[in-house]
Amino acid sequence: MISAPDVVAFTKEDEYEEEPYNEPALPEEYSVPLFPFASQGANPWSKLSGAKFSRDFILISEFSEQVGPQPLLTIPNDTKVFGTFDLNYFSLRIMSVDYQASFVGHPPGSAYPKLNFVEDSKVVLGDSKEGAFAYVHHLTLYDLEARGFVRPFCMAYISADQHKIMQQFQELSAEFSKASECLKTGNRKAFAGELEKKLRDLDYTRTVLHTETEIQKKANDKGFYSSQAIEKANELASVEKSIIEHQDLLKQIRSYPYRKLKGSDLSAGAAEGSSQDQAGQASTTSDPDEPVDTEVYASRPDYTPKLIKAKSTKCFDKKLKTLEELCDTEYFTQTLAQLSHIEHMFRGDLCYLLTSQIDRVLLQQQHITNFLFEDFVEVADRVVEKEGSAPLEPSQDRPPSRSLEECLIPKVLISVGSYKSSVESVLIKMEQELGNEYKEVEVTEVSNFDPQENLDYLDMDMKGSISSGESIEVLGTEKSTSVLPKSDSQASLTVPLSPQVVRSKAVSHRTISEDSIEVLSTCPSEALIPEDFKASYPSAINEEEAYPDDSEGAIHFEASTRPPALGEAEEGSLENAPSHTDSSCCIGKETDSLLVPLPTSALKLSDDNSVVSIPPQRYRQKDPGFHVDFTVENVHPASRDNSSESFPPYELDPSCLPASRDVSKTSLDNYSDSTSYVSSVASTSSHRTPSSAHPTGFSSERHKKRAGQNALKFIRQYPFAHPAIYSLLSGRTLVVLGEDETIVRKLVTALSIFVPNYGRYAKPVKHWVSSPLHITDFQKWKLIGLQRVASPASAGTLQALSRYSRYTSILDLDNKTLRCPLYRGTLVPRLADHRTQIKRGSTYYMHVQSMLTQLCSKAFLYTFCHHLHLPAQDRETQELVASRQMSFLKLNLGLVNEDVKVVQYLAELLKLQYIQESPGIGHPVLRFDYVPSFLYKI
Amino acid sequence: MLRWLIGGGREPQGLAEKSPLQTIGEEQSQNPYTELIVLKAHHDIVRFLVQLDDYRFASAGDDGIVVVWNAQTGEKLLELSGHTQKITAIIPFPSLESCEEKNQLILTASADRTVIVWDCDAGRQVQRISSFQSTVKCLTVLQRLDVWLSGGNDLCVWNRELELLCKTSHLSDTGISALIEIPKNCVVAAIGKELIIFRLVAPTEESLEWNILEVKRLLDHQDNILSLVNVNDLSLVTGSHVGELIIWDILDWTMQAYERTYWDPSLQLDTQQEIKLCQKSNDISIHHFTCDEENVFAAVGRGLYVYNLQLKRVIACQKTAHDSRVLHTAKLPSRQLISCSEDGSVRIWELREKQQLAAEPVPTGFFNMWGFGRVNKQANQPVKKQQENAALCSLELVGDLIGHSSAVEMFLYFEDHGLVTCSADHLIILWKNGEQESGLRSLKLFQKLEENGDLYLTG
Repeated sequence: MISAPDVVAFTKEDEYEEEPYNEPALPEEYSVPLFPFASQGANPWSKLSGAKFSRDFILISEFSEQVGPQPLLTIPNDTKVFGTFDLNYFSLRIMSVDYQASFVGHPPGSAYPKLNFVEDSKVVLGDSKEGAFAYVHHLTLYDLEARGFVRPFCMAYISADQHKIMQQFQELSAEFSKASECLKTGNRKAFAGELEKKLRDLDYTRTVLHTETEIQKKANDKGFYSSQAIEKANELASVEKSIIEHQDLLKQIRSYPYRKLKGSDLSAGAAEGSSQDQAGQASTTSDPDEPVDTEVYASRPDYTPKLIKAKSTKCFDKKLKTLEELCDTEYFTQTLAQLSHIEHMFRGDLCYLLTSQIDRVLLQQQHITNFLFEDFVEVADRVVEKEGSAPLEPSQDRPPSRSLEECLIPKVLISVGSYKSSVESVLIKMEQELGNEYKEVEVTEVSNFDPQENLDYLDMDMKGSISSGESIEVLGTEKSTSVLPKSDSQASLTVPLSPQVVRSKAVSHRTISEDSIEVLSTCPSEALIPEDFKASYPSAINEEEAYPDDSEGAIHFEASTRPPALGEAEEGSLENAPSHTDSSCCIGKETDSLLVPLPTSALKLSDDNSVVSIPPQRYRQKDPGFHVDFTVENVHPASRDNSSESFPPYELDPSCLPASRDVSKTSLDNYSDSTSYVSSVASTSSHRTPSSAHPTGFSSERHKKRAGQNALKFIRQYPFAHPAIYSLLSGRTLVVLGEDETIVRKLVTALSIFVPNYGRYAKPVKHWVSSPLHITDFQKWKLIGLQRVASPASAGTLQALSRYSRYTSILDLDNKTLRCPLYRGTLVPRLADHRTQIKRGSTYYMHVQSMLTQLCSKAFLYTFCHHLHLPAQDRETQELVASRQMSFLKLNLGLVNEDVKVVQYLAELLKLQYIQESPGIGHPVLRFDYVPSFLYKI
Repeated sequence: MLRWLIGGGREPQGLAEKSPLQTIGEEQSQNPYTELIVLKAHHDIVRFLVQLDDYRFASAGDDGIVVVWNAQTGEKLLELSGHTQKITAIIPFPSLESCEEKNQLILTASADRTVIVWDCDAGRQVQRISSFQSTVKCLTVLQRLDVWLSGGNDLCVWNRELELLCKTSHLSDTGISALIEIPKNCVVAAIGKELIIFRLVAPTEESLEWNILEVKRLLDHQDNILSLVNVNDLSLVTGSHVGELIIWDILDWTMQAYERTYWDPSLQLDTQQEIKLCQKSNDISIHHFTCDEENVFAAVGRGLYVYNLQLKRVIACQKTAHDSRVLHTAKLPSRQLISCSEDGSVRIWELREKQQLAAEPVPTGFFNMWGFGRVNKQANQPVKKQQENAALCSLELVGDLIGHSSAVEMFLYFEDHGLVTCSADHLIILWKNGEQESGLRSLKLFQKLEENGDLYLTG
């Protein structure tokens, strides 16, 4: 199932093969907002290169010690997907990158009896020749029979879209880490089993050797030792040594999970680091013995069948274990499942992915209102996710100790010099830095910071980029690499949660990110790296785990009273962000503009001619910003009202949005600025609940698309679509009457996108009914497909319908009539404009969703303003309150005529939901109005 | 399309044309009920609703179960099952002031010839009497004497411990259809066409026995008495199948007023019409009364009539208030009258003075009519139109509640929680004032916010 953007993306790729690369050369031309129907080159979905594969796929390959790099499998396992793409060649490429990276400090060929708990490395790699870009995740698995006990593997996510890889690095990293973790866990299990067997072998060998030596001793009673006897004794000694070594190995491998457990992810990194160290020291002693041992035992064929024969490492014709054998089968299949999940997850265009990620995050923040129009499946998922990430709290006090340890083991940077010519891309290595110098920087930055900016929510969005002490290495095609170290203020992490603290944190992060932008832009390297290419060592992630905690708190906190209108507006302004994906932000392009130092403030990045160095980013880190906003508003409820009043029109009306490029660019930059932090939030939280990592069920994706398409058709076809939609929004049951079940069902599905939910369970939609309706049906369902039967038996159905006409609007598909109350508002026309330029179902669906979310935010504001519903003073009369209500709805929320009723209805649903959140039996209430209905005809 | 006629074919078409049903349309600004909750628990016709306290009520019907509900939330609190057949009478049994046990009790009588006492707080059956010879059709509690009476084919007197104190002889095979308490330890029972007054003799020093004595039989009704209601301390009112409304003095049991002709066309119109119309004599049976200080509101057939006690005449009427028989009426404090009917609808009426209106067009006619109103035997002259003008007041339809798909048997009005209706479609509907409910929900919401510590208010 290819989602819509994919299709567009790949239909025309040939024509645009070279164009995007030319774009930066024409800045004036491309500085104007991209118009959807502009010339071909402006198509944001045009492909960058002639990729030889039709869509993204995942490749697993191995650097086999026997045959070198070789591809093992692809996901999806379909030759059509990768087409003529040279998997072997690409495997060579990606594995070669890894080989140097993962054996840092360990000369290849040396076999240590100590295990290296080698961290996975994550690399982005590009290959212009193949038109492929890849996220490459290297991991090593243990194999007793392999050289050095390790077998290097890698998983690569290969896409033709470089930006996609870059932008989604965090997510890819998080998801692949899960897969890798799964493989490694299975591998450790299998390896431990293997070791145990080997130990038994050795034990057995020892006894055998021992008895043989004894026999020889007895035989050679002459007092001198034959060379044979000496050999035996040597053998015995080496076997004993081998036993000790293997026991040690077993201990190591077994101790791994425990360390993992007790330290969670946090200390694991450190512990591994130290063990690695030890491994390095211990290795020298036992180095030469290993091959001897194995060779000796390989030559002994007389083991009991139960025992496994030892084998020679030099035995090249020996078949190495397959990946499945290396890991437990169970884990292997689980990994495959996770990988195909990843493949699903990152399907589609980058813009699409980003938007849906933004979407998800924003929805998460609106947990009070999101039940109204969101898919309940998603909501449920989110709930799970929230629960899952809740137990993170206790890890807050860890980072300091860890950072010390980290400082002890600086990692060595390896540049991929040998592949320079073709790897015109980026290798990102994590670099642990001694934090001191950066702290200094940070301090000065903080002091420079103007605290007043706290009040500006746009500013708030910029903060939160935690670079967590990693460094980003840029590998240029020809140029030397430059290291851009960044650091984070770890000090702030341990401070207990309070709004003020969060705010100060936000500030410091922001300044850091500004700082790093500066560095990026001034450095003469031709590659600009989005900041979110951050360390993906567990340690780095762990460091940020303190944040999820905070933001969780923030979410909980704000969830109760925060007016989502703000988020709403921002979402609105973001909406167009993806369309500004300027292909000029290609990484690795050298242009004049890049050499121009960017202004210090990220806000000024939106200069007309300067290339936006940071492509649109997922927008995640609003939580702390929101938090701050929220607290401010909570303290001054009056200002909350003000903020809602003062929405610029473009924020309330997405149709006006594309007007300003600067605005959207600014927001883009803001978002990009701070991405890394939230993405790590996402990865950590999703790490705990793998099941929820995939909230937008792809099964529903098609459904949405189709529903959107049919809704669009309905709007175009029926001039009375507006009152019909108004009926749905205001909670008046719409009955779709027709003879043909499929037509009715289709329309009901389409219209269901406008139906507010009662709760988190299911939409109150009944697709097809053939029996007469009852009052209970109207209480339960808000959209009903009703069968019209020609027979007299149906008289009852129609009779009931007319009897209950007060509660229903009736859309007669056969006669093309609609009977429903008058609608004179302005909301639905915007929601369902029959002259809309929107062509695609999924686009329209998103349009509807965004409009409805705006609506929800209004309802939220209305619902949770105390004085609107309850008297401010005791003396106040109900009339006064009512008039205040009305003026708020009309003046502050800008609602016209019947729109008021929509918001009031949504507000009632919100109240019901909020009150019912505590366990208790809630009865759905049927609310209705005594308003006359009119008959509309085509 | 807007109008829905239940069983339209059953009723004579001509009649419907003659006195068209007043409709109100969809714009009902005075109708406060903009929210409803459907309560489903019964499996058969729900016939009875009784209020237990400020927020609870019980429902009972042909499925033999009693359900206790929360009128605020619509929550089902209890389901009491014990009867094997339909319930024929239900009455709350108020506990004594002195009694420690304050549990709310109710009595139910059923066609299975049992009476059960229920505890509505504990939700259990307290006691059960199954010694009846016939189905108990009515129950009355005489709180002053702390006894209760059951009326079937005979009349029995019971005390709180459910001991039979005394009983009458077999009265009739049809049984007592209505039973009310009147002063001086008397009760009035309606049995067929007769009203029988019984006096209850409480134990005195001479005799320790309870006794019940027949005091008087009133035979003025020509047909079966369908309704019997206390009007006030001075009078009671009865209504019969043929539309006789008689107001009786409650102390000396004499007839104070009689009304029939006002709504009985057979007595007003010439014989030709009479033949045509007599077939629907059913239409003028008086099914229910409700009273306030000044007026008796009678449900006569499909119509509603307001009979003024002082003027001793009908002051307002709606000849066709419903499409079908009116089953229950109630007067609300706000001068509003609510009626429910077999047609499944509930209508809200408002009694409005219309003196000026009547006075202006035909001042002389007004006095004529006045005269007519008194001498009701005087016939044919008035046209219907004039007759209505003659009324001092008018019943204006201010709203209707459509929800039930079958006859609405009864309803119950809660000052704070709205209206509860029960119906033959097995449903109970809770009608609420939407605005008020919305306000209540807001209140709850902010209370919850406050509890959660999320409410921030500036001084």
